[in-house]
Amino acid sequence: MSVNTILDIQGLSKTYQQKTLNEHQVLKELSFQVNKGDFITVIGGNGSGKSSLLNAIAGSSIPDKGKILLSGKDITRLKEEQRADQIGRVFQDPLMGTAPRMTVAENLAIAFRRGKKRRFRRGITANEKELYMDLLAKLGLGLERRLDSEMGLLSGGQRQAITLLMATMKKPAILLLDEHTAALDPKTAQTILSLTSQRIKEEKLTALMITHNMQDALTYGNRLLMLDSGKIVMDLSQEEKESLTAESLILLFQQHSLGFDLSS
Amino acid sequence: MDLIVTATSQGFLWGIMALGIFMTYRILNLPDMTAEGAFPLGGAVAAQLILHGVSPVLATAISFVIGMLAGAITAWLITKGNVPDLLAGILTMTGLYSINLRILTRANLSLLGEERLTDFLSGLHLPSSFDTLFTGFMICTVLIFLLVSFFKTEIGQAVIATGDNERMARSMGISTSRMKAVGLMLSNGLVAMAGAMIAQDNGYADISMGIGTIVIGLAAVIIGEVVFGNLSFTHRLICVILGAIIYRLIILFVLLIGLEPNDLKLISAVILAFCLALPSLRKSMHLHFFDRKEQNER
Ligand SMILES: Nc1ncnc2c1ncn2[C@@H]1O[C@H](COP(=O)(O)OP(=O)(O)OP(=O)(O)O)[C@@H](O)[C@H]1O
Ligand SMILES: [Mg+2]
Repeated sequence: MSVNTILDIQGLSKTYQQKTLNEHQVLKELSFQVNKGDFITVIGGNGSGKSSLLNAIAGSSIPDKGKILLSGKDITRLKEEQRADQIGRVFQDPLMGTAPRMTVAENLAIAFRRGKKRRFRRGITANEKELYMDLLAKLGLGLERRLDSEMGLLSGGQRQAITLLMATMKKPAILLLDEHTAALDPKTAQTILSLTSQRIKEEKLTALMITHNMQDALTYGNRLLMLDSGKIVMDLSQEEKESLTAESLILLFQQHSLGFDLSS
Repeated sequence: MDLIVTATSQGFLWGIMALGIFMTYRILNLPDMTAEGAFPLGGAVAAQLILHGVSPVLATAISFVIGMLAGAITAWLITKGNVPDLLAGILTMTGLYSINLRILTRANLSLLGEERLTDFLSGLHLPSSFDTLFTGFMICTVLIFLLVSFFKTEIGQAVIATGDNERMARSMGISTSRMKAVGLMLSNGLVAMAGAMIAQDNGYADISMGIGTIVIGLAAVIIGEVVFGNLSFTHRLICVILGAIIYRLIILFVLLIGLEPNDLKLISAVILAFCLALPSLRKSMHLHFFDRKEQNER
């Protein structure tokens, strides 16, 4: 493990419904390292274990075997809220990342305190509000005027942009994006994607991004992982990625999933 | 006139209970049954303490703390024991029945002739029921101020976030188990305190005084929402109290038109059922009109 490694996954395994007829191993001895500053795109067929991998890193499910080291610390068995200070997350469902009955500012204030112990102090200060205005203005969506709107009144795209801001405003050791544009219309999806890339560059973040869009998987990031039935079947570097087109990647993808289909 | 004053003053007292119900059902989004046991618990504790010579103010405060303990038990069952929310509350409520009987030592404990929380106003020689009205009003005002301040703190905001989107709260490092405990304790503390005050107002504590607590509390919450609409947090709390007062006035009205006190639980249930179904009723009656209006507002 080099000094540059920020996330180290060692032999991760997860089986659902163990010892039943439905027993289903979704992660199989999966190992890889992520370097500081890496922006990794992750592809793979439905059910290949991509979300399970991110859930294990975030702590929303605990693996059966293996180890997860984040910033050198073993977090494998920590509760989700105990590792939240290190992890920023954007979910596929735009409703998942924000609290609908709280205002935009209140949501941001929750995110501003990610991983910090909550005390009997003011939940949101006047200075903070100015900071949030600036951050929202930088998104370029006019959301700075909606600071006191209830989150539930905003559109999915607006909410996803704010979720992205919430996941990154307090710099996480790793940013986890699980098909975070899949529920948006194509134009909004592109806006959110470029905002994502902008935030990652600005804040020099390390990120894992799951996507089903081959072109996005090639365009964004400096490394590409392909998962199939709980294993990494392809690991492409920046140069290898650059030499590929979306069509050739789809071809590679099909070869792997075909292999999977024949074996099952 | 007198009857209206009485009903309004009772509305304030029941409003305190409804604030507790609001904490769990609305803020935490958690259907908590503990309240049905915490309400008579508060009444029993206060009654027994007052009969043993403790001052009504202290007795009421102790009821609040004991109510918090009841909430803590339910919270423990939910967060540590993984018992489903509804069942956890039912377990605590059932257990509390025996405990309440032990505290009361019999089914009904009279407080006639004992000191009451409202006695400090007796020097003013107010007309009957006005002392309860003023005490209730003052306590509700102070409580709303304290609750609003609390929910503006980091912990308060974390409790709201836990109820609003638990997954998001956890991903933001909020210990949702702890926040549920905070909310449940606060809620049942308020409910027990209301039980203590209503026992003093009625002049007795009764083992069955908790039956219907949740229906009445929810009715107040929902009447407030139906009448006053969607508002800011402070206003929502005020509307809970107003909802409780309206509820008491409705009860007064149905008693005046000749129904019996024994019918009250049925009436409470019908009022709540009506209020709950109202949005859907309204929709199905004016479906097209409302649809178009909603679209225009977007
Ligand atoms: N809580 C669970 N209980 C049982 N099985 C589960 C659970 N969560 C996921 N699985 C199973 O694990 C497998 C992998 O799921 P996962 O969500 O990781 O796939 P994915 O690669 O993210 O797929 P998609 O592209 O559809 O999002 C699936 O077969 C799924 O049915
Ligand atoms: Mg998935």
